[in-house]
Amino acid sequence: MIVETGHYALVLALAVALLSSVLPVIGARRNDAGMMAFASTASVALFGLVLLSFSALTWAYEASDFSVKNVWENSHSAMPAIFRFSAVWGNHEGSMMLWLLILTFFSLLVAVFGRNLPESLKANTLAVQAWMAVAFILFILLTSNPFLRLDVVPAEGQDLNPILQDVGLAIHPPLLYLGYVGFSVSFSFAIAALIDGRLDAAWARWVRPWTLAAWTFLTAGIAMGSYWAYYELGWGGWWFWDPVENASLMPWLAGTALLHSAIVMEKREALKIWTVLLAIIAFSLSLLGTFLVRSGVLTSVHSFATDPSRGVFILGILTLFIGGAFTLFAIRAPALKSGGLFAPISREGALVLNNLVLTVSMASVLIGTLYPLVLETLTGNKISVGAPFFNLTFGLLMVPLLIATPFGPMLAWKRGDLLGAFQRLYVAAGLALVAGLVFFYLDEGGPILAVLGLAAGFYLIFGAIADLWYRSGFGKAATGIAWKRLIGLPRSAFGTALGHAGLGITVLGVIAVSTFQTEHVTEMKPGETADAGGYHLVFDGMNSMKGPNFTEQRAHFSISRDGQKVREVWSSKRLYTARRMPTTEAGIATFGASQLYVALGDPMADGGIVVRIWWKPSVLFIWFGALFMMAGGVISLTDRRLRVGAPARRAKKMPTPALEAAE
Amino acid sequence: MTRKQKRLAVIAGGMSFIVAAVLLIMFAFGQSVAYFYVPGDLATANLQPGTRIRLGGLVQTGSWVQGAGKTSTFEVTDTISTVKVTYTGILPDLFREGQGVVAEGSFVAGDPVFVADTVLAKHDETYMPKDVADRLKAQGVEMGGKEVVK
Repeated sequence: MIVETGHYALVLALAVALLSSVLPVIGARRNDAGMMAFASTASVALFGLVLLSFSALTWAYEASDFSVKNVWENSHSAMPAIFRFSAVWGNHEGSMMLWLLILTFFSLLVAVFGRNLPESLKANTLAVQAWMAVAFILFILLTSNPFLRLDVVPAEGQDLNPILQDVGLAIHPPLLYLGYVGFSVSFSFAIAALIDGRLDAAWARWVRPWTLAAWTFLTAGIAMGSYWAYYELGWGGWWFWDPVENASLMPWLAGTALLHSAIVMEKREALKIWTVLLAIIAFSLSLLGTFLVRSGVLTSVHSFATDPSRGVFILGILTLFIGGAFTLFAIRAPALKSGGLFAPISREGALVLNNLVLTVSMASVLIGTLYPLVLETLTGNKISVGAPFFNLTFGLLMVPLLIATPFGPMLAWKRGDLLGAFQRLYVAAGLALVAGLVFFYLDEGGPILAVLGLAAGFYLIFGAIADLWYRSGFGKAATGIAWKRLIGLPRSAFGTALGHAGLGITVLGVIAVSTFQTEHVTEMKPGETADAGGYHLVFDGMNSMKGPNFTEQRAHFSISRDGQKVREVWSSKRLYTARRMPTTEAGIATFGASQLYVALGDPMADGGIVVRIWWKPSVLFIWFGALFMMAGGVISLTDRRLRVGAPARRAKKMPTPALEAAE
Repeated sequence: MTRKQKRLAVIAGGMSFIVAAVLLIMFAFGQSVAYFYVPGDLATANLQPGTRIRLGGLVQTGSWVQGAGKTSTFEVTDTISTVKVTYTGILPDLFREGQGVVAEGSFVAGDPVFVADTVLAKHDETYMPKDVADRLKAQGVEMGGKEVVK
């Protein structure tokens, strides 16, 4: 009964979404307040219905109701409760439900927090959100219905893919979708503005918090996914340039560009058309990502069982929304008044450079990801474009950005002083080079070129600190005053510094681990030892364990340094009984930001076992950097300027001198 | 500089970055793209030694030999032709005899053994590399999932 209620709620949601996609637009045309206000009410109702539907599915999973086909295919009564819960979206149908839930959740947020938006903009924005809800509800109901029942009720489920039986599945997809789908709000705002034909600095101020929120979630989702792949797949790799990873990286790059171009639009009324275009592109790439993942046209660890009709349907949605958006853009954009020109050496000039590099490197990822598809369609040749391509193109293209990033915040609007910025940064650059050399010296081995990479990472971090330092006037004003100024700086200044420093920390981690990582593969018998990264490992022995739905063979290792025992780890190989599928559970010992990663290979005939030991120096910096970027996003979101409704209250506050400096 | 010159300088700078990016992408494609083959294609493919390719097929039952520690050899088959593969490193969890596999690497001059540096494996047809499934299907190899698993 509960499952049928969920199904029914979804059908009802379709009806509400249909109404909400038409009425508010007509209302905005006729300036009918009642019809426009309907958008907000409908968004609340829509979210309620989809939540009900999603909860019904979740209930079916928690109760292990195997009469529901989707539950039978992807769950098992022996799975721990948390995995039964996350299994809801560990499959195609459920993940589309999650997508829809988050889409309607963002509509709800716009309806609730968008009180100060102009009525027509809000109505149109929510209507565009409703169009997407219609498309995705239809997609779920027609091709991917999770509520279908089986005629004969099986006694036991087929279990979830063991790789997905991890706490990572509970966290990674929701965060990633919050990011992906969050960009739908910027997209809807862009379309609404194009329909309205009105686009000004205020628009940029309204869009920016949504973009920032989506960007923060996407950063979190990508970082979480990367760490999950790192510890779960047992290869110790953290980024594979897998098509699906690329599909998440592209909206992130476009979103990062959008974040920066919206600042220019807000402050200088320039780059209007470009900002709208980026808002469309960012979400189009999210849709493209969904298509690539869900249609199975590209092979990846993320593709679930595929069904051609789904691919065609998503391609239809993709064409309709992206094509429609670009058509509307082409018709409307020339009518928008474009902003004034500006000097190349200025804050806005630096932000344009940022946009140029980000979009070009995004394009290189796009081309590399789609080229095999295109070539296969045109010539039938099957090729693979892998890590070497992306490392070379993306890696090199990002270099100018790394160098330019610290300059951006140091240049003034309109007319920047490049020489002044140089004078402020050369200390940071010098310190960075020294730090890079010290780092290189401490971790021996690797090409000397790595020093430059490490220095680039430090330079970004020191550059971010230098920006705050000079803004507060340390060294010029008395220390007490400088401290007061530092505390008085707008939150967005700290957000910028944290974000840029985070990029530097990630760069450090990437360079360090790819330069200094060591890998040892040896055959070990109980009592034998191995050395890695200055640590001494003793293989103590094996035992067998039985988990709820798997059996495992696990090996115990004692780790010591200079004769002192410092850590012990279990590393295991599991066999999930329902699917007869093995997985590797690596044993990971963390020392500061570095890790010893111990994975088991295959047992040998003579009683030994192949053991793979990686020493991963500073590997955690990769994700620490992402944490800094997220913190930057969150702190920027709390800035007065971005708070929804802030413009009205802002006038009452006396602006501090520091605020002026930041503008 | 006048306004016009400034604008020209900005546009020229941007364009040259884009041109550089395009050249870089083309260069990288030339360097690092690997074509996909099944063993039966190799006789007619006329490959130069050292050319990176992806070799796909099923792991021949009974062919997997694990060498000392980390080097293993196995045979990849499309059920008609077979190629011997050596691989030094970590075979994925899902690597098993009788199942789909994609090996990436190249041939060394004068040696019929394929030297792989990357091996990808998937579980059953649902998770089989799509390239392999397509090609084997095209050649009429029956892969009704379950039989392959056992």
